[in-house]
Amino acid sequence: MDGSSADTAVRIRGLRKVYGGIAAVDGIDLDIRRGETFALLGPNGAGKSTTVEILEGYRSRTAGEVEVLGVDPARGGRDWKSRIGIVLQTGGETGLLTVREVLHHFAGLYPNPRRIDDVIAAVGLEAKANVRVAKLSGGQQRRVDVALGIVGRPELLFLDEPTTGFDPEARQQFWELIRSLKAEGTTILLTTHYLDEAARLADRAGVIAGGRLLDVGGIQEIGGAEARVPVVRWNDAEGRPHEVRTHEPGRVVASIVSALGGEPRALEVIRPTLEDVYLGLVRGAEAATATPDPPSGTAIATPAPTPDAEEPAA
Amino acid sequence: MSTNVTTQGASRIGVETRMYFRAPDTLFFTFLFPFVMLAIFSAAFSASGEAGPPGAEISVAALYLPAMLASGIFLSGVQNLAIDIALEKSNGTLKRLGGTPLSPIAYFAGKIGQVFVTGTLQASLLILAGWLVLGIELPTEPEKWVTFAWVFVLGLTTCALIGIALSALPRSGKSAAAVVIPIGLILQFISGVYLQWDMLPDWLQNIASVFPLKWIAQGMRSVFLPDGWEALEQNESWNLPGVAIALLVWLVLGLVLSRITFRWIRRDA
Repeated sequence: MDGSSADTAVRIRGLRKVYGGIAAVDGIDLDIRRGETFALLGPNGAGKSTTVEILEGYRSRTAGEVEVLGVDPARGGRDWKSRIGIVLQTGGETGLLTVREVLHHFAGLYPNPRRIDDVIAAVGLEAKANVRVAKLSGGQQRRVDVALGIVGRPELLFLDEPTTGFDPEARQQFWELIRSLKAEGTTILLTTHYLDEAARLADRAGVIAGGRLLDVGGIQEIGGAEARVPVVRWNDAEGRPHEVRTHEPGRVVASIVSALGGEPRALEVIRPTLEDVYLGLVRGAEAATATPDPPSGTAIATPAPTPDAEEPAA
Repeated sequence: MSTNVTTQGASRIGVETRMYFRAPDTLFFTFLFPFVMLAIFSAAFSASGEAGPPGAEISVAALYLPAMLASGIFLSGVQNLAIDIALEKSNGTLKRLGGTPLSPIAYFAGKIGQVFVTGTLQASLLILAGWLVLGIELPTEPEKWVTFAWVFVLGLTTCALIGIALSALPRSGKSAAAVVIPIGLILQFISGVYLQWDMLPDWLQNIASVFPLKWIAQGMRSVFLPDGWEALEQNESWNLPGVAIALLVWLVLGLVLSRITFRWIRRDA
């Protein structure tokens, strides 16, 4: 039997959610190990939020098995809720209370909360602790949302688009906070549109589109080796752009140099980022649904080649 | 292990009360409104002299004190909670609380506790203002104050539960005030709060008798108006057993409707 609840934080088998005859989630299997940070990626309307809301206990499911910390979320009681933390996309309006007041109140709902001063410091709101939440900027209010999600010392933290509206410095601070939670052993399920954020924070990622998981894997492996083949770009003597995908970019660059007899213009060696891999997967899935009979060998799509891709100019 | 319901409930009452007094709109339209109306009615009708049956004439201010106490009970319970909870439903507060180990019982204890803290303060200040500022004579018989106590507690509890049930009606937080306030205004006009009860036609009195505000106002008049005024009531009696029965029926109705309609979030099918 796979996924004993001792080392599995989230276990999903055959999850389906149908709204009015349309499957928003169409057969998902997924395991998230305890202590790992997992990024769930996908375009809007892909079934990402529906899946997460089922895991959080907010939504019912049409079919399938779900276990979160060993409990079916549809039956998760108060004891179960005290073990999870949820940072929602739209936080509630607690604006009339100060940061410290609202944290004090929420801390009191949990059996073993973090120290309020520690949480305020962790989200970098020391200077705003006694200011009403309504008077904070959007990014600062978002940090309050995050603080409320972690004050109960959750074993599993759900983060839904946590850094929307953060400035770059706040985002760096937030990443540090997530790394420290991770170091304490917190399991984190992150949904985000910022692929660089997923690449920095997550151990593994899953890409979801059309209600199905297209691929799941380590941040360095997802999408398959083919999707990560480096691309060499340069302009020839006439200024025409060239591009080639190769496992041996050094050798290709050397051959270009010798063929041109000099330094190629606008030379770039690009290793596909998680964003490139993600876009390749999602576009591949869109193309597969658009054409009923996809060409063989493109089950895992690669970044779309540019029209003038060709062999190195000899 | 989650923290116990009593601790959570006490904590909720604290934050609910703090938020109530920090929201300028509830502070005015719920807490201060009866004071404003008492002042306006007393000033507007002071020229028309005293009112009431021969031998039991009182000032207009004295006539409006029980009416405004009833109004305060209604606003603190029904209007306050119906708008408040509808807003919390639409702005994500309830969803967020629903994801914490907060017990729904503690949540409602917080709401009802807030209604009692603010409602008691409001009624005390109204009575004090009537006595000290408007020179209204207060009843001295202990049994009148016993009646006041049970009408107040029963009325406020019933109104709080109706408010919780009514919060399911507005389709969005924005429309909450627009849906709830007119209902309250109409009831206050037909229940002997803004208009003197015996000036209303029988058919309107009969309609008002279906709703709880009429009975709260009647109970309050029985406490603060002198003997002789009962002749102006329906069946020429204060009918306190009727007050108790009508409020208990609405209390049970409010409780059942609250249980049926309340959700942490709008659940899908």
